[in-house]
Formats: sequence, structure tokens, C-alpha cells
Amino acid sequence: MNVVVCVKQIPDPADPGELDPESKTLKRDVKLILDESDSYGVEMALQLVDSAGGGDVTLVSMAPNNEVSGLRTALAMGAAGAVLVSDEALAGSDSLSTAKVLAKAIGRTEADLIITATESSDGYTGTVPAQIAELLGLPSVTFAKEINISGSTVAVKRQTETGYLEVECPMPCVVSVTAGVVEPRYPSFKGIMAAKSKPVDEVTCADLGIETDAVGWSGARQEIIGIDRAEEREAGEIIEDEGEAHERIISFLEELKVL
Amino acid sequence: MAPLDDIRFSLDAVAELSAILELDGFDHVDSDLVDAMLGEAARICTEVIGPLNAVGDKSGSVLVDGQVRTPEGWSQAYEIFSAGGWGSLPIDMSFGGGGLPWLVANCVTEMVSGANMAFVACSILSQGSVDMLIAHGSETLQQTYLPKLVDGTWTGTMNLTEPDAGSDVGALRCRAERAADGTYRIFGTKIFITYGDHDLADNIVHLVLARTSDAPVGTKGISCFIVPKVLVNDDGTLGEENDVTCLSLEHKMGIHASPTAVMSFGDEDGAVGYLIGEENHGMRYMFTMMNVARLQVGLQAVGVAERAYRQAAQYAFDRRQGRAVGAAAGPSLIAEHADVARMLIDMRAHIEAMRGIAMLNAAAIDRESHASEPDEREAAAGRAALLTPINKGWCTDRSVAVTSTAIQVHGGLGFIEETGVAQHYRDTRITPIYEGTNGIQAIDLVTRKLPMGSGRVIGEFFDEIEQHVALLFGADIEVGPLGDNMTSALSSARMVTRWLTDTFGTDPNEVLAGATPFLDLMGLLSGGYVHVRRALAAPSGDAELVAARLATARFYGEQILPRVFSLVPMVMAGSETLFAIDEAAWSR
Repeated sequence: MNVVVCVKQIPDPADPGELDPESKTLKRDVKLILDESDSYGVEMALQLVDSAGGGDVTLVSMAPNNEVSGLRTALAMGAAGAVLVSDEALAGSDSLSTAKVLAKAIGRTEADLIITATESSDGYTGTVPAQIAELLGLPSVTFAKEINISGSTVAVKRQTETGYLEVECPMPCVVSVTAGVVEPRYPSFKGIMAAKSKPVDEVTCADLGIETDAVGWSGARQEIIGIDRAEEREAGEIIEDEGEAHERIISFLEELKVL
Repeated sequence: MAPLDDIRFSLDAVAELSAILELDGFDHVDSDLVDAMLGEAARICTEVIGPLNAVGDKSGSVLVDGQVRTPEGWSQAYEIFSAGGWGSLPIDMSFGGGGLPWLVANCVTEMVSGANMAFVACSILSQGSVDMLIAHGSETLQQTYLPKLVDGTWTGTMNLTEPDAGSDVGALRCRAERAADGTYRIFGTKIFITYGDHDLADNIVHLVLARTSDAPVGTKGISCFIVPKVLVNDDGTLGEENDVTCLSLEHKMGIHASPTAVMSFGDEDGAVGYLIGEENHGMRYMFTMMNVARLQVGLQAVGVAERAYRQAAQYAFDRRQGRAVGAAAGPSLIAEHADVARMLIDMRAHIEAMRGIAMLNAAAIDRESHASEPDEREAAAGRAALLTPINKGWCTDRSVAVTSTAIQVHGGLGFIEETGVAQHYRDTRITPIYEGTNGIQAIDLVTRKLPMGSGRVIGEFFDEIEQHVALLFGADIEVGPLGDNMTSALSSARMVTRWLTDTFGTDPNEVLAGATPFLDLMGLLSGGYVHVRRALAAPSGDAELVAARLATARFYGEQILPRVFSLVPMVMAGSETLFAIDEAAWSR
């Protein structure tokens, strides 16, 4: 079974850099790392391929400057290879453009299953997985907390606010996975060494047959009108305990309707 | 947070990583691999191994019904560590290791030591056992034990010390009897056995020093045996328990989670042992691993010092007290007060020097085993032998001082265990003691290392330092009096070296009395050399870090290096005063 995992390479959240006031987007000219939310999908894919008894996990990513350092992390975990789309024309792409590019890149592979995260940790639009499915004409299952494969059918436990839904759909399909789905492995030293020589197929818009004015700033259908700092959280209330603090805590929790 | 920036800088600036990677056998390693590998190792240190440090300190390893239990979480962390191949990075690839130069693998040892010194000891001991087997073990022993030691399924220990045989290993009494089948039966008690028993692995491979009944006295009659905790069947599966018992665990000042065992061999019919190499050569075999083992202890010292420094720096830029000179209003950050600022830069300048010395030592060991020309290998062997006691002795002493300063930065809170900084001081306090006390290191330096090549080995080191100091004078780099003080310190070092060499033949006790101050002097000088190299390489890169590197180099030259000048009369003071107090008066 062959699984494609869409992964994003993002600025390190521990050292996030800054926003470009001009374009109102995150500056991405720093060293990028694998989005942690994608490491769950990579792990899930590796486990599915392993239990299927054969096949490959292929990564698909879109990043500026032919950035591969985040891909190398996922390759070190065990993915077999990657398709990387890098093209100056892609700067400013909105989520639909991103989905178009990823869908075309996925088309270069032979995928039985496409796994994504539910959303990226730097953009948080959360719309790309369903858009990819629509563009490829495939079923879409979102928020998977468990995936089981049986023949050509995928059975998913789909996380909801109140519990989970059990759904099934035929493969190929696009499944987005939550952070709780599996515990991502740490790359081993030998994995890191092997990752150096794994194939990364670097392609441009032209290679994918994408018109450059349909993507990037020119093709974007969404516009960022402004960026503001999040409001600082207000200071909490400090209660001096004169023997009645527990009652204040209870009434506070009752006000919040958690009791 | 692991000190990746400085490790990476030091690798290039001080240890010339690119030249080491060009040596034979390292074709599979390049700069990108080093970056990726250090990044992932740092992540495991931060996420897996580091968080267990305080846990391990509090609960410690305990002996329950003859079996040692490591603290909660230890097994899972060990599993991640060994499955990732992090414990076997420097082992040759043909034996299943990572095939990395010591220089690079040691960066991981430093980081893991900083994350959790009690944890790292286990893999250091296993690496030592692997080295011993590769160098001296028969093919059968290698096939039986190496694969599982390398992949971490089993771990290794070193059994040297006995109640009456500490620094004087030759006094050991552990007995080996030849059995009819070519194996041996081992009888005796060993103490201070690091990870002598634990629950992390299926088997523990003890390397035990013992003597046969007809062996010559002293170190010339010591043989080295493999004594597994569980005997290994011919097909490689585990068989019966060997006659090996963990009698008790020591209650120690630090590294509580690292089980320090009293081991008993042969309480019943004798523990089955397998001879490594030939009888009576055990001490020589041990010496082949000594450089690396001592280097690793120096690395532990660097790692723990770094962690203590980071904690102190974070506190100093958080805690506010009083009004600093020039501040409009108080309270100011304590880091803005001159004396706290002095403590912070003193710690940082020392750690950079220590890290650099450990890297120079490791690079020499790599050249010794991988350089293509025999004369280059020989020169590197001399350099490694010279730097080993300096690295082990000076870095561990400085680590105690740095961790103590880190407590001082915290004021009263530093003395409170919950603050967490006291643990580093307690942990690192063993490093000047084990793997040859620092007194032994100083004796090794003056009696064995100074005479090497009739003084050529140390002379070449001095020449190399001089050449780099000359480059510093020729460059447009602002590091205050570093260059001038290095020139004077070097001339002092040459002078006392001559005095020690000349005096040793006529009055060895004069030399031994000055051994420790001389080791200190050589450490200070080598640390100055490291800062010269750092300064020469500093002017490029991140402006913030460049300024910081030049500042620590300048501070080292101004405030640390001049101690050399006060050590000179101490080295040459002689032994008379040391023995001037009558024995009866010592207790009065």
C-alpha cells in the first residue's frame, strides 16, 4: 500500500521570526522545520504501510527556496521519498492555491491513501485537506483519531466535540489526522543518515502544468486585510485566604458553569 | 535547551571539524549530517532525557529483592535512546555503530550529560566494553557480545575497584580459577560498579579485573574477563543466571539514579568468566581505553556545567533586586549588578574553554586512529595522551566551580533543593574523583606525559599555541590583553615545564608536590588557546554571538588567564612544607 502524506515546513515555533508588514504573512526565509502536526500523519502512514506488509510512504510538500530540512526529518522517520514543489510564483498562495499545487503533486504519485494534518501550525486555515480531496475527486474524511485499513476500505474513528463517529470509505481517499492519532517516533541516527540519500523530486509550477497567475499573490482569492497583536490576557484575581477561599473558588467555578 | 550554537561553532573554530571529516573512514559523514544529527539528539535530550533528571535525583535507583529498579520513566527513555542508535555513535560501522568521529559523537555525550548525567553513565560504560572487545576480544567473544552491546539490548560495566584497591589497582585480590573447559571461575567483591545492576536491559556484561593464582604481583598480574549476568547459550539465547550478585547500592552525594553497586562474584561455585586476550595483560588492555573513558568524564563535566550556567543565567535575567548603578529606578535585574554579571561571564568563559579542550582532545584521538600517515598518527597519539589528564582534571575541577557559582547566582534559593540548581553541583562533584582522581591525573601529567618524546610532545603543543597567538596579533580582533597574557603564560609554562623535567630525576617528590598546580596551569593555558582560536574564527556570523564570543575571550584573557602567574611559584614550591607538620600534630 502506498501512502502520501502532505507535510508543511514551517518556521520553528520556538523561534518564530516575524510577520512581514508588507505582505502581512509570516517571513519564511529562515530555516524551516517539519510542522509537528504533520509528524502524526507521517507516523500513522508508516504504521499503516508496515501493517499492510509493504509499500511506501511518500511526502508531498510546497515550500520556498527548495527547502528540504523539514522533509529530511520525515524521511529520517522512515518515509521513502518526497515531491517538493518550490517556485517563486507560489509566494502569497492562499489555501485553495496550495491545495491545487498539492493535488497536482499528488498526481505524480500512485497513492492508495492521502494523509494530512487537520491544519498547519502557522496558518491554521484547516481547509486544505478537503480542498485537495475535492480537486482530486476523492472522498474526504477529517479529524481521524484512529485509522484501520481492510482491503480497499478505510475505517476511521472521527473525533467530534461530543465523542467520535465511526465512518468507512473506499480508497483512495484523503484523511486528515488529529494530533492524538499516534505517538510520532524520534528519528534514529541511522534514519537520519539514510535520509540524506533518499530521493526528493523537486518540481516547479511548470513541471506540474500550473499557470503561475493562477497561484501566488495573483491567484489568491483571499486577502489579508490587517494583522493585529492578540490582546494581552488580563491579570487574574488574587484572593487572600482568610479561611473562605474555597468558597470563592466554588462560586467562581459556578459562575463559569463548570460546576 | 542544548547549547547547539556554541557546540557547532566550537567544532569548526576550535577542532577543525572539516579536517577530521576528511580523515579515512568518515566518507559517510558531512556537515549537513552533523547538523541534522545534533538537532535530533538535542530534541531527545530536551523532550525525553532531560525531564527525568530531577525525577531520578529524588527517587534514585533502588535495590529490591536483589534486583535494581531504575526510576520511573528510565526504561522508556533508555529504549528511545538505544533504539535511535545514540549510544553507539562512535562505534565502527562494521560492528553496527554509527561510525562517527569521537569529536562528533562526543557532542551528543555532552548534551545527554547536561540533560541527565546519571542517565549517560550507562551508555558510556557500554561503549567502553565495546571498545575493549573490539580491541582485544576473541572472534567468539565479539560475535557473542558485540551486536547486543552495540544495539543496547545488553549493557556493559567496568569492575576494577575493590575495598583495598582504589587508585592502586595493582592491589586487587579478585581471584580467577582456570576451569577444565577453558573458561574461568571468578571469586571476589567489587565496589563502586556503575550500573552494576539495573532493569534497563536483558543482560549485563561485566568486564572484571582479577588475578590467577600464579600471577605476578601488582599490575603485571591482572587479567581481564567477561562475566555476564546471565550466561549466553551457544545459539545466542540467554541461559542460566551466572553466579553474580548485586549486594547493595551506595547512598551517594549525587547522580542518585545511576546505580553504584557492590558486586559479588562467585558466592557459590564461582562466576563463569571468559578471558579477554591473554592472562596478565588486563591492565594494558584497560589503558587502551583510558583516554576515551577519561575524555568522557571531562564531557560529563562540561555538560553539567552548561546546564547549571543556563539555569543561573535565566534566573539572573528574571530576578529583580536593588537598583543597579545607572538604572533610573529599581528594582533592577540582578544580571545588571556588576558582581552577578561577573559570575555569569566567568561561567560562560570557562565552559567555552572546557568544551574546546574536550574537542581538541577528541580530535587528537580521531587523528590517532584515522590519519593516513604513521607520523601523523604518532603525533596525534602524543597529543591525545597529553590532553587527556588536562581535560579530565581541569574540566572536572572547573565544573565543580561553575556549578557552585550557579548556586551563588541564585542566592539563598540556590541552597534550596527545590530550585534544582544544587543537583548539578552534587552530580558533578564525582567527576574530579572517578576514572582516576584528579590527583592521579596530575601525577600522570608530570611523570608520564611531560617526558613523552623527551619533551617533544608538550613542546609541539606549546609551539602550536604560539603560532595561533601570533595570528591573533596579526588580526584586527579586539580581545584586550588575551594575546599579551597568552604570550607571558606560555613563557611561564615553558619555564615550569623545564623545571619539572630537570627536577624529576633528582627529587621526584618536588615534582609530585607541584603536580596539581601544574595541571591547573596547563588547563588555564589550554583554555586560553581555545579562546584564541575562537577569537580568530569569531568575526563572521550572527552579530550578537560574535560580540559575545569576543567578550568571553577578552574576559578570559583579563580575569582568568592571569591566574597562571600565581601558580608558577606554587608549582615550584617543593614538598618540604607539605610534610612539615608532625604526624602527632595533625589531630591537634
